[in-house]
Amino acid sequence: MKPESTELLQGTLDLLILKSLALGSLHGLGISRRIEQITHGTFVVKPGSLFPALHRMEEQGWLQAEWGASEANRRAKYYRLTRAGQRQLGAETERWSRIAGAIGRALEAT
Amino acid sequence: MALLSRIASLFRNLFRRTRVEQDLDLEVRSYAALLADEKVRTGTRSDAARRAALMELGGVEQVKEQVRDVRAGMTLESFAQDIRYGLRLLIKSPGFTLVATLSLALGIGANTAIFQLLDALRIRTLPVPHPQELTELFLTDTTGRRGSSQSWFDVLTNPIWEQVRDHWPDAFSGVAAWGEDGFNIAPRGQVRGAQGLWVSGDFFQVLGVRPMLGRVFTAADDHRGCGLPGAVVSYAFWQRELGADRAALGRPISIDFHPVEVIGVTPASFTGLDVGKSFDIALPICSQATDDAFSFLDAGTIWWLTVVGRLNPGWTLARATAELGTISPGLFQTTLPKEYPRENIKDYLHFKLAAYPAATGFSGLRQMYQDPLWLLLATAGLVLLIACANLANLMLARASTRERETAVRMALGAPRSRVIRQLLAESLLLATIGAGSGLLLAGLLSRFLLSFLNTQDNPLFLDLHPDWRVLGFTIGAGVLTCLLFGLAPALGATRIAPSEAMKAGGRGLTASRERFGLRRVLATSQIALSLVLVAGALLFSRSLRNLLNVNPGFDPNGILIADADLTQIQTKLPWDSRVPYKLQLLDRIRAIPGVKAVADVRFLPLGGGTTDNAVWREGSDSSHAITSDFNWVSQDYFRVMETPFLAGRDFDSRDTSHSAPVAIVNRAFARALGLGPNPVGQYFRRQSTPSDPEMDFEIVGLAGDSKYRDIREADPPIAFLATSQELRFANYSVQIVIRSSLPASDLTPLVRHAVAEFNPEISVDFGLFTDTLRDGTTRDRLMATLSGFFGLLGLLLASIGLYGVLSYIVVRRTNEIGIRMTLGANRREVVGMVLADAALVLGLGAGAGLAILLVVGKAVRSLLFGLRPSDPLALGIAIVALAAVAMIASYLPARRAARLDPMAALRWE
Repeated sequence: MKPESTELLQGTLDLLILKSLALGSLHGLGISRRIEQITHGTFVVKPGSLFPALHRMEEQGWLQAEWGASEANRRAKYYRLTRAGQRQLGAETERWSRIAGAIGRALEAT
Repeated sequence: MALLSRIASLFRNLFRRTRVEQDLDLEVRSYAALLADEKVRTGTRSDAARRAALMELGGVEQVKEQVRDVRAGMTLESFAQDIRYGLRLLIKSPGFTLVATLSLALGIGANTAIFQLLDALRIRTLPVPHPQELTELFLTDTTGRRGSSQSWFDVLTNPIWEQVRDHWPDAFSGVAAWGEDGFNIAPRGQVRGAQGLWVSGDFFQVLGVRPMLGRVFTAADDHRGCGLPGAVVSYAFWQRELGADRAALGRPISIDFHPVEVIGVTPASFTGLDVGKSFDIALPICSQATDDAFSFLDAGTIWWLTVVGRLNPGWTLARATAELGTISPGLFQTTLPKEYPRENIKDYLHFKLAAYPAATGFSGLRQMYQDPLWLLLATAGLVLLIACANLANLMLARASTRERETAVRMALGAPRSRVIRQLLAESLLLATIGAGSGLLLAGLLSRFLLSFLNTQDNPLFLDLHPDWRVLGFTIGAGVLTCLLFGLAPALGATRIAPSEAMKAGGRGLTASRERFGLRRVLATSQIALSLVLVAGALLFSRSLRNLLNVNPGFDPNGILIADADLTQIQTKLPWDSRVPYKLQLLDRIRAIPGVKAVADVRFLPLGGGTTDNAVWREGSDSSHAITSDFNWVSQDYFRVMETPFLAGRDFDSRDTSHSAPVAIVNRAFARALGLGPNPVGQYFRRQSTPSDPEMDFEIVGLAGDSKYRDIREADPPIAFLATSQELRFANYSVQIVIRSSLPASDLTPLVRHAVAEFNPEISVDFGLFTDTLRDGTTRDRLMATLSGFFGLLGLLLASIGLYGVLSYIVVRRTNEIGIRMTLGANRREVVGMVLADAALVLGLGAGAGLAILLVVGKAVRSLLFGLRPSDPLALGIAIVALAAVAMIASYLPARRAARLDPMAALRWE
């Protein structure tokens, strides 16, 4: 049984994908599992959202894709961050923390 | 962002669709497979796992569709961004933008204009339904065809046409015939020409041309003795002469002094089958016999009808030809004319009809101009290439000033393809603007070209509205130029390692050789191409000069031509009075003060009309025959033409239809027959003709050589016979040549007045002999003018290019020059260094240009007169001119280098 998953906020998916690739290259399913793992199952990314996002980010030059062999020796497309992607991750992280902090403070205010 | 990445992905998405699709498909499927593997590992059975995985995926196709949407949207959005960025850059440097747009517009415009003419003349099919089915029926071999031919086209006689009409084979769904003629639509005593067509009854049905107004002819209109059942006029004629009045139907117009009722108007799209002309009035073939005396209907040796057939669906030319082959023997047996010269009867009986493609119509203009136009297209293409090389250089320069910006962006991780796309966006914008203005310019240019080709005696009509082929050509030229001048700089700008570029922008010594490489190659190819252009221009202008300097054997200046139509009067006179009547008219003109000499002549030299026959010496036989040209002239012809008269006597009142036939021959004739220096008093024999049996002529005079058919030919043997001995010429209008010291504008009204006084029924048409001759060199003048223009343009562009490259090199080597000067190099050595650079480019370019010329030279040989494509003078002048221009272009940069202050140069960054 999967934990209840939450709808992703606009813009969050990009950040999560960038983050999931920060440690190294992954294929599509790998990215999806990694996001589940780092968000402790809060976010489950469906292929219908994942692939369009991956291709868009590749177009924007944040990701680079190449074919490689997976664990079970299947061919899979692996994505990794480009330098532009790393910068983007930095910028998005900073932006997100600002927003998260501001929202948190707003909610704490009485 | 990244314009280039947009264009690249546009390419990927549009042109490499299948690869992208396959890639995407593989990716989604591999996701499903991995998911299934995962489930198998947790204990699910493999087929159940696969099903579950696909379900979780939510459908392979849906996922792919979502990805496609994202990609398409991204592509458009980023493309627009790159275009906006490119526009901003162009607006920031208006000078560059102006020069670039102008040279592209000129280059693309010239190319499109020439292509437009070629398209109209050569490629476009006739505006009739299913033009591909149209074929021409003509002889496979015309050897032994005798008689008189009335057209440039492949023509047959009316008896042959009638046989084809009555016995056409199954291959065709219909056959039709047409012939061109000039009609006079003015009342008696005046001349106003109209382009006439004789057409068979179902001509319009076979072509599928429906009337816009009224009706067109049917087979029922075209029968022997039809008289003048009516005229079908063209849309243009209806607009011009009939005021576009619907009530003009049923109204008579005057055609060769006969009233003919207008029965129909053809649609504007149909202008006849002769591409390059537009017909005015069509009459049925049977109407040609209105005047019995001139009827061609039973003439077996007058060739005047072009026959077309429409192939039945499924039939090929080869099968149709085979069928025609089987009916040919019977057909030519039936039509063999009684009067056919006996030595050619065998040839006539062996004639064979065959079917030839005719979808693009017929055109004398095409034969004359298609080679020159292809050549001009190639020339204009070279100019465009040179312009592209210049632009590439400019783009390179711009790219190198932005080198640091590019380097920074690449260092920050922008992929190379992105930067390339962005640089290309700018080129694409320029190419689009250039192609757009080029298209507009082409409309003007092609009209100018057409008016250049338009001559008084041969009015042209070409449908020049741009069609999809012209548009496609322009777009193709635009895209090609964009890639040519945009891609190389973009690739070059992004090739260097960022660290290098950032250093280079700082301080360098001698900029690395490799960076200059592309520029040098560009400049070298510019020099090579412009050498080709300049040499071409010189070749064509020298060829034209050669032509104009040819001595034709007569002096055309000061000769007025008067075409007098006496036929209506002559045919009412008894045969014996016709020649005297004409001589009286000549006498009347001769009496005009200022007129030096007057004569009449059957064929004006170089005027298009010709006839030749086999002749041999008295006592010899036809196996020793030579071919000689023939002309018929009256007394004083040689005085009018100022052709030297060398021996014997001129024609005079002794030479009549009752006296023995006499001839005046030229020196080439005497030489060819081996008659010795003075042939006067000797005889020659002429082979039988459709109108005369074999005949002997006594040579009474010897004249100097002169041209006959073409100014380019070697002096041909000509025998001049006396018009006074040929009574049948009374059936034609009289061509009178008048030599006078008066200007034509003064003389014309005097002659008109004299003729009207003589008989007001005679219509006269005037022309200048020099104009007729000028028309004969139109093609040569066109080539000389346009290739001269392109040559200058190419030279100018190439010198700008060379100047740009050398200036750039000097700037890049400023530091180096400073060091050299500090170490003791003097100014002359510095100048020498820069000029050596220029000389290298010039030498390599000129060498390459010469090599190109030698290869392509063969293609122009037939268009040149009196010199070969490898003419050393033309090539030499071209090289000298190019060297001079190159030296001027390199002088400024060299001087700038020499004036550098060593200290400033060392500090220079």
